[in-house]
Amino acid sequence: MADTLAVVDGGLLTTVQDLGRWGYQNAGVSPAGAMDRDRLGIANALVGNDPAEAALEITLSGPALDVAADACRLALAGDFAVTVNDRPVPAWTAIDLCRGDRVRVLAARTGLRGYLAVAGGFALPPTLGSLSTHVRTATGGADGRALAAGDVLPLRAARPAGPRLALDPPPPAPERKRTVRVMAGPQGAFFPAAGWETFLGTDWVVSPRSDRMGCRLDGPAIEHADGFNIVSDGIVEGSIQVPGSGLPIVLLVDRQSTGGYAKIATVIGADLGAFAQARPGDIVRFERVDDETAVQARREARDAFERTLRRIAPLRDTGPPDVDALFAANLAGGAVSATADPFD
Amino acid sequence: MSGQYVTPVVVMKDGERIVEEPAPTAAGEGTPRFLEAGEGGLVVEFGDAIDPDVNRRVVALDRALSMARPRGVVETVPTYRSLLVVFDPLVLARRDLRTAVEDLLAHHVGEAEPSRLWRVPVCYGGEHGVDLVDVAARHGLTPEEVVGLHAGAEYRVYMIGFNPGFVYLGGLPERLRTSRRPDPRLRIPPRSVSIGGIQAGLCPPFEMPSGWHLIGQTPVRTFDPARGEEPMLFRPGDRIRFHPVAPADYDDLARAADAGHVVAEREDDDG
Repeated sequence: MADTLAVVDGGLLTTVQDLGRWGYQNAGVSPAGAMDRDRLGIANALVGNDPAEAALEITLSGPALDVAADACRLALAGDFAVTVNDRPVPAWTAIDLCRGDRVRVLAARTGLRGYLAVAGGFALPPTLGSLSTHVRTATGGADGRALAAGDVLPLRAARPAGPRLALDPPPPAPERKRTVRVMAGPQGAFFPAAGWETFLGTDWVVSPRSDRMGCRLDGPAIEHADGFNIVSDGIVEGSIQVPGSGLPIVLLVDRQSTGGYAKIATVIGADLGAFAQARPGDIVRFERVDDETAVQARREARDAFERTLRRIAPLRDTGPPDVDALFAANLAGGAVSATADPFD
Repeated sequence: MSGQYVTPVVVMKDGERIVEEPAPTAAGEGTPRFLEAGEGGLVVEFGDAIDPDVNRRVVALDRALSMARPRGVVETVPTYRSLLVVFDPLVLARRDLRTAVEDLLAHHVGEAEPSRLWRVPVCYGGEHGVDLVDVAARHGLTPEEVVGLHAGAEYRVYMIGFNPGFVYLGGLPERLRTSRRPDPRLRIPPRSVSIGGIQAGLCPPFEMPSGWHLIGQTPVRTFDPARGEEPMLFRPGDRIRFHPVAPADYDDLARAADAGHVVAEREDDDG
């Protein structure tokens, strides 16, 4: 009998995601993949997985899963309340479960998304080399859609587990008001000075109509100079499109590969993670930087991530003391005479 | 053919200059622009219109770059008039990528594009093309005349985009140009053959949204993940000619395509 996780409740929006489906944007295939790649990496490290292993991306309110395996180690990277059989367990910590256990990820306390990794990963068939789910085109993951009650997730057999790992303290909570760095372009010159003043001078409000395809921002309309249509061209993650409404959209992992709206600027890689955790109502302000600054920021972000991974360590056993064991241990052994010279 | 670009500059109130890009280093017609799309994106832009010569240059550079495979290039996205190169700047510096691209342009400009010509079956009208009658009426033509015009042209594949496997075609006869529908459909039948503005389209074998006019269906699977390394059947630079087939033949061909056979014929096979 294969090991599986049975979905009792799919949660608000839970999908299988790895680091994305790369190499096929020239065929119109969106990369998809985890919105918060750092948290995916931490979740995988906590259970001893390869950093690129697929995990469950959880949005705001998580799933309930029953373990149908003799042993199952999993970990949640995210600020969510988690229970096993209705008892609280810590996030950012590997948990060992057995057959019949029910793990439930409740509501996010801060941020928006977390990642539930299972040791060994999922035994799902890849599509074009990736398990990432792109819901709009029903590509990848488990049947190309979000988890629903009744789904069964097949698990790969995991190696025997070592000590349980934890990240303590966990990363700080995301800020509700952020400055995000951008590089001008590729259509920066479509916008006159007034448009740039508006773009850089506004406290943009994250709209509830945001999703994995794009973060929509509410605020004043950004002035165009040359109209808002261009002949369709390619779109990188973080491109900020300004359609006819004048309201910017930061295009994210589920974006289309090409598009016909002018892109005023592009969020730098180091600051993309902010959009994975931005809640409706959060404030975003943009700051323009140059290519050299952006590359250096990417380097520093990668180094910071690696430092975080190095902080992952075996959990200290903080269980209650075993009194019988203490008495049995000859802790007072090796006593010498109170009057003898200790250096004889 | 696009010529020299004027370097666009936007100057802010405090004097800060938002410069699109440095002036091209080499004077002369047809020098592409190099734009930044974040620190991991280089856009090589050959023009700003839908033009077969511009597109040929995009396709030629994409082919050359794909063969050179510089380390650090993640992928390339050829579009109508520009090539997006996605790269890892911690592995490959932008200036080295740009030098590599300029070298390829210097040595490959003018090379004839290897050309593939496909014959693609289409079942026009009826339940296979719900907008055929309407398109004909708009242009004062009979549906048969629309079919004759559509199937009588030779089309060029400009790019794949918007949705997996959606093929943008140029070469639509002028008499068939039809503005997009004001109300796009959220889901259209798979494999639709469509007209949108001055462009023609070929849709993949699954539903997708579209505001274009649906005049037929093709049994050909433009995109199929089961085809492994080459899920996309057509590529930019390919030429396509359509020919009408009856509904019964459409059903047979669609079944064959779903079983894995390529039901479009290639007339110029250069691999």
